[in-house]
Formats: sequence, structure tokens, C-alpha cells
Amino acid sequence: MASHTGELTGSAATAAASRAGRPGADGGSRGPVAGGRAAAPAVRATRLVRRFGGRAVLKELDLTLAPGEFIALLGRSGSGKSTLLRAVAGLDHRVAGSGELVVPERVSLSFQDSRLLPWLRLLDNVILGMRDRQARQRGSAALAEVGLEGREKAWPHELSGGEQQRAALARALVRDPELLLADEPFGALDALTRIRMHGLLRELYERHRPAVLLVTHDVDEAVELADRVLVLEDGRISVDLAVDLPTPRTRRDPRFEEYRETLLKALGVTAEPAQAPSARTGPPQAAAPPAAAVLGVSPASRPHKEKTRHVPQD
Amino acid sequence: MSGTLSDVRAPETAAGAAGLRGTPSAAASPPTARRVRRRLGPGRRVPFGRLLGPVLLIAVWWAASALGVLDPRILSGPGTVLSTAGDLVSDGRLQDSALISLQRAGLGLFFGVVTGVALAVVAGLSRLGEYLVDGPLQIKRAIPSLAMLPLLILWLGIGEQMKVTVIALGVAVNMYINTYASLTGIDSRHVELAESLELNRWQFLRKVVVPGSLPGFFVGLRLAVTSSWLGLIVVEQINATSGIGYMMFQAQQYAQTDVIVVGLVVYGVFGFLSDALVRAVEGRVLAWRRTLAS
Repeated sequence: MASHTGELTGSAATAAASRAGRPGADGGSRGPVAGGRAAAPAVRATRLVRRFGGRAVLKELDLTLAPGEFIALLGRSGSGKSTLLRAVAGLDHRVAGSGELVVPERVSLSFQDSRLLPWLRLLDNVILGMRDRQARQRGSAALAEVGLEGREKAWPHELSGGEQQRAALARALVRDPELLLADEPFGALDALTRIRMHGLLRELYERHRPAVLLVTHDVDEAVELADRVLVLEDGRISVDLAVDLPTPRTRRDPRFEEYRETLLKALGVTAEPAQAPSARTGPPQAAAPPAAAVLGVSPASRPHKEKTRHVPQD
Repeated sequence: MSGTLSDVRAPETAAGAAGLRGTPSAAASPPTARRVRRRLGPGRRVPFGRLLGPVLLIAVWWAASALGVLDPRILSGPGTVLSTAGDLVSDGRLQDSALISLQRAGLGLFFGVVTGVALAVVAGLSRLGEYLVDGPLQIKRAIPSLAMLPLLILWLGIGEQMKVTVIALGVAVNMYINTYASLTGIDSRHVELAESLELNRWQFLRKVVVPGSLPGFFVGLRLAVTSSWLGLIVVEQINATSGIGYMMFQAQQYAQTDVIVVGLVVYGVFGFLSDALVRAVEGRVLAWRRTLAS
């Protein structure tokens, strides 16, 4: 499995176990393309542990993604979102850890910054590392798909931030991934561009149907885009919430509001009293979260007073 | 928000935005005359503008000797220098000397660049290489190449081999320091990208390492070119029997300031042209860079 050449520096036994669990070893579980095994997950992490300097950031985390499933991963800063993503991407060389991790053959990763190489023209950036004969054609098609047709020869610095991020999406999608990992891909964009990018990502997802793991700190973004929202807390998944809303999702939908409230509570963000105080008079658990399976920590028992700056106020 | 919406002209759109959240800043700002900001970059390029300084320098020199301010025993005027240059060209001394000097500098530069870059690649891309190569070269960096001259003369004699070696040593250190710094300074995020795209070692070298270290390579090359002329001047004035430096050394014995100035001008022209050449190549190769000067 080429994407997991990085060895983990945990105990030899667990490292071996983790490698044996990877699909390269048995060649069997290859996500959606493996015929006859429709239920085979795209990603399966079992008892995943990652440690930095003795501090466990992931504590025996379990995670399963079905093929073609769109999952958003929420969590406060330092909750281990990026650690989990990098583990799944196979980019955590020299990080101590253990556990079993099964990922598909073709995994694409997009970062918070577009990470285009400044010395390569746009098309060369998109097809970087591809060894396929039709790479240039496919790259052009991917650029057209993200709305950058005819910009093949542009230098990255000639593009706006949103355009760079779209080019990065093209670079991720041209590889026809079975799994798309996105680490806060819209975090650095302005609000208007972000709205457009949400539409584009959802559209590209509907067309290509990779499994998506989107790391974000924006609750609205998570509810708007994902089929399932996970909250990572203290190294484990504390909330697993299926979002059952029709797909052009609108934030004005009262059920959208409910999902948002539930997730904010799970994140330990107590809404300011100025915002609809009447809804908060009853016991916190009175309004049952819609279709929610709150697993671990009860949100009510964690009255964190974190700033609500990631929560749009409109 | 008002900044991103500044080019929205349709009134109904503005009204819609105001209705949504109420953006008073867009409506409240009074219409003012377009104000062009003060430019902080150096401004547009002028063709051949780079020649202004040198031309001015020669003009001052010319004027000073024409007015008799400059004693010819201290420094000959440009007219005398020109006619001396003509004489030196017609009897072939200038071309022969220049050719020999060029050859020395060129060979020294070539061997120095090859060695410096090879060592930088070895040190930059492998840990063992770094441990073996970097220490000695940092030590060598502290010792001026010209200080090695006595030892090199003892080892290699006073022939061409010694001259080229002295030049190459200075060049190699400059190339190594800058290329190595830029190799190790390659953005780790680009390395991570290469890993996530599963580039193999060769692709990684070609698409990330080489282009990423070219800016440092060119900084090194420009310093190296300068240092090759410096080395040349020194080795040609010690035990040489040919070359521009030898020509100047002889002129000193006979107090021929015009010949000395011809030699200086030749060195200057060589230096100027070689730097311009490196710049031109650099501008072409690093076209992707957006800098203050462009």
C-alpha cells in the first residue's frame, strides 16, 4: 500500500498488526470496487491510537466510512481532527501509535491551503505525479469541471484564493479517488467564496461519489454538506449524528437549526443568552436531538464557555 | 464584507444584501474621488535603464581629465585609455591576455559549480551526506580560498592547475552554501504534498527539489561568478606569465596607468556581462516567481 509506507514507531507487534490490516496485504477490501462485497467499508479504523510525546491524541478511536459516504468531522482545536486525518492519509511518519486501519487504494487529500507548487503551471500542478497517458486531457477536464477551463497555463500566483482551492480540488479529483480527505479546505477562504465552494464540493461529490472525510470547525458547513457528522472529543468520537435532510439544504430549515444546536452543545459551546433565550429554559436534554446517537460524553455535563466565533450569527 | 461587495453595482442586489443582514457601511460611505495609493514597489522598468549608472561614471571621469583635474600620472583619461586599448588590440596582446584569463575563470567556474552543486545535493538529500560533507564545508567557508594560496602553490606549483583550483575552490564554497541552504529550506508542506500524491523519488527530485532549490542556486551562481573574477585577479598577479592580471602587473613596473585601466575595464566588462548573463538566465528559469523587482 503505497500511501502507507510510513512506519509507525509503536511497538513492533501493533505496527505489524496495523500493516496486516491494510488492504495491500490481503488485496481484498478495496472499497466500492470490490465486487460482491457491497458492505465493505471504505475506511475502517479500529482502536486507533496516536501519541505525541507521551500524550495520546487519539485514544482507541473507532471509525467506519461506507463507500460513497460523506462524513464531516467536527471538534475543537486540539481535539485530534488533523491527527486522525493524517493517520488515514498515511502521512504520520514517526508518530507513535497503534491500531488497525483499512483505507482504499486511491486516496486524495486536500489541505487548508491549496498547496499548489508555485513553479508549475496549473495543469502541471493538477496532474503532478500522474503516470497515465491521458493525464493532460484528464487534467484539463478536471480543471473545466471546477470552473477553470482554459487556465491550464496560468501560474498559481495569478489565481485568487478561491481559484487556487478549486485547482486543488481538481488535483484531488483527477485521481478518481475512492476516498477524499479534506482538512478544513475552506478555512482560509472568504465567506462568499466559501458558499460557492460548498456548492461545488457537493456537486462534485454527487457526480464522482467518493467517500468523503471533511474536517471542519464550522458546524453549519458540516450540517449543510455531510450525510453524517462526527464530533471528535478527547481522542474519541463522542457524537455520531446522521443528517437526514433533503439535499439542497437551507439554513432556514428549522430542522437544520436543531442539528446545529445539537452539535454546538456536543462541542461544549453554550449559545449566548441573547440568542433565543426562550428555547433554553427547559432542561438541556428536553429537546431530543433529531436522529442523533450521542455516544459518549453528555453535552450537558460539559458547560465549556468557548467563544462562538466560528458560529455565524445570522 | 463591504470590500468583497464593492464591485456589486446592481441596486437590487445591494438592497437584498442590506435586507439580509443590514450592511450600512456600503451605503454610508460618501462618494469620494478615486485616490491612487502611493506605490511602494520600485515602479516600472525603463529599457536599458540599468546602463545609466555606468554611463554617468564614465562621463564624470571624462570631464575630470578633460578639465585637467585628473593628473595622467594618477589616472589616464578615457581618451588615452581608448587609444592604448586600440594599440593593445592591434598588436594582439589584449585578445591573447583576455582569452587566457577567460579560460582560467571559465574552467574554475565550471569545476567549482559542478563540485559545489554535487556536494550540496549529497548533503541536502541524505543524512549521511549531510554529516560527512556539511561540517568540513562550513569550516572551509570560514577560511578564505585565497588564504589557501601558499599551500596550493606548494602542492600544485604555479601553473594553470593551481590557478584553476584556487578559482574553483572559491566558487564551489559559494555554490555549496547557497544551494544547500535552499535545498534544506524546501517547504515541508510541499514535501507533504509530494507524499500525499505518491510521487516517487525521481519525480520528487524533478518536480519539487530541483525547482524549489533553483532560487538558491542562482544566488550562489551570481556570488560564484563574482568570486571567480576575484580569484582570477589574485592568481594572475602572482607568478603569472600571461593573462590580463600579468599585463597589468607589468604596466605597474613602467607606471603605465592607461594599460592598468584597460585591464580594469576588461575585468569590469567581464564581470558586468557575466552577471547580466546569469540574471537573464535566472529571469527566464524563475519566471514563476513574483517578487518586488518584477
